[in-house]
Amino acid sequence: MSTQTVTARPGYDQQGDQSDSARVDAALRSFVADFSVTAALHMESCVRCGLCAQACHFHLTTGDPKYTPVYKLEPFRRAYQREASPFAPVVRALGLARKPSIDDLHEWQELLYDSCTMCGRCTLACPMGIDIAELVKEARHGMFKAGLVPERLALMDRTARQWGSTATPGDDLADILAEVSAQHGVPIPCNMAQADILVTAAPAELGEHTKALADAAKILNRIGAKWTMHSEGFDASNIGFNNGDLELQEKLTRSLVDTAVKIGAKTVLLPECGHAYGAARWEAAKWYGNALPVRIIHMTEFLDELIAAKRIRVKPIGASATFHDPCQIVRRGGLEAAARRVLAALGFELRELPDHGVTGFCCGGGGGVVSNQRATPLRHKVFDLKRQQVEATGAEHFVTSCGQCRITLDMGAQHAQWDKRAESLLELVADHLAD
Amino acid sequence: MDLLEFARGPGLAISFAVFVLGVLWRLIAILRLPPLRDLSPAREGAPSRAAGALQAIGRGFWPRREFGGTAVLSSLNSYVFHIGLAIIAFGYAPHIAFIRRVSGLHWPALPDVVIYLAAGATICTLGLALWARLTQPVLRRISRADDYITWTITFLPIVTGMAVMMEPSAGVLARDAVVYRTPLAVHLLTLELMLIWFPFGKLMHAFLFFFSRGATGIRFSHRGVEV
Repeated sequence: MSTQTVTARPGYDQQGDQSDSARVDAALRSFVADFSVTAALHMESCVRCGLCAQACHFHLTTGDPKYTPVYKLEPFRRAYQREASPFAPVVRALGLARKPSIDDLHEWQELLYDSCTMCGRCTLACPMGIDIAELVKEARHGMFKAGLVPERLALMDRTARQWGSTATPGDDLADILAEVSAQHGVPIPCNMAQADILVTAAPAELGEHTKALADAAKILNRIGAKWTMHSEGFDASNIGFNNGDLELQEKLTRSLVDTAVKIGAKTVLLPECGHAYGAARWEAAKWYGNALPVRIIHMTEFLDELIAAKRIRVKPIGASATFHDPCQIVRRGGLEAAARRVLAALGFELRELPDHGVTGFCCGGGGGVVSNQRATPLRHKVFDLKRQQVEATGAEHFVTSCGQCRITLDMGAQHAQWDKRAESLLELVADHLAD
Repeated sequence: MDLLEFARGPGLAISFAVFVLGVLWRLIAILRLPPLRDLSPAREGAPSRAAGALQAIGRGFWPRREFGGTAVLSSLNSYVFHIGLAIIAFGYAPHIAFIRRVSGLHWPALPDVVIYLAAGATICTLGLALWARLTQPVLRRISRADDYITWTITFLPIVTGMAVMMEPSAGVLARDAVVYRTPLAVHLLTLELMLIWFPFGKLMHAFLFFFSRGATGIRFSHRGVEV
């Protein structure tokens, strides 16, 4: 593995016309707002052992110490020390932690957005158990408030605020689904007044990954489910979750859950998308309280349950495969075994990557990094790590269960002129349904 | 009142009070913060919160093999240091006599040779830790004043202790009077400095690791993940 330093293009983006001091104040207010006991414990516990660097794909593939995960939190930590820590008045009075400046926030934009996928591999390496990925997510809330987000992500944010999706306005959904339906020859219901399952999509499934959407429809139709997609809530990939835009995160989450309630659905089916799972499965309830009115499940869980219940049967493929574990679905989502049960049902001889399951390496595109073109050189370095691991298995198929991972891996493969492409677990199941 | 009498009297009382009050202040200030309740339904078959926390606390005692040789070496160094320090602090006969005098508690001492070996090993691990912090790019980037202050404050009681280990512990304990009053006072004062610094720096990890790992264990076990 090369340790040549590759750094994302220097620079930063900013949105809005706030003054520099207003940006700093907005970031600091957000950094220290609503500090929970867990976040405070994690801010207090670091012993600066540096072991988190040994887990981070951005550090491992560049050798650059600035990519040490805990270092990415530096302005956030200083704000905490000054404003919210147990000895905050003393820290301020003696100047023990410098107030983050606008230059600091500009500099850390790259570390928080370009070189962190919030994959949480560092969390597992930390001897103190600090959930650094979650703290990065909280730091992003402040960066968003300060209007200091990579412009590409900000553009997606503005689009999603207007349309409820980064892909298309809800008004166009029915037309898009009609095209996908015609293209793949599978009925896709839209805007039904009543259904048991509200099916959602990732933006790519309304563009380059329409086969995945059609394949989900094929399986749902096969089992005779009463399901629909709906123009009022269809995009599950929550860009607010990635950007640090809590208002948008809530709005997008509510659009899914409220739509499901409106049509009487008991289940919201999430697409093959990692951050959709993080945002909806684990965070939706905080907007609703204890009794979330619907069950939210990922496509992998759904397939696993259908196969286990013998509601679908699949024809064995009879080849070797390796599996890329999407971070939000496996390491931070708990679906490691479910994906492997589906692979087993497909008759694959599973050849695990050297790092797999909860310690698998991220694709390099999570947390919005895939959409942040500024981070492309870094992403390609990370891809090389994954490529080497996949090649080491000698497996014929390279499978994953996240569309965003597939896009990242495909872009990396294209750049590296590597002929292997990541395959969708969902598409493999749909392509091998037994009669 | 000479320096030793100060160190054994007011110095010890003040430093111990700062230690206890400071630790309580820091812990209570953190633990009184509101919990971020996870309202999502738990993964089917997820363990209880307590079981999830305990699993993570236990798992954190040794690094996963995936994180490579650096993690293993760092952990080994850390174990030798902590065990060595515990042997010195609680196994050396004069230390046990000191603890007996202030608390009434006592236990059998370890042979002096074990203490000498432990002290040597502990000093070596501290040296390695400092060398790594000064030379490794990652550690240089993330280190703060706390790291160097804590290192120094941890090192001082060991070296000042070595300075008063001039004869076998049986001989030291057999005498009624302290011969090396000033060196012993300095040794005791460095311990008191450590007690005073403890709540304010990263020595607090001795208490915080339990809560920090446990909180992550609760978060992840809820999702069906063993961290």
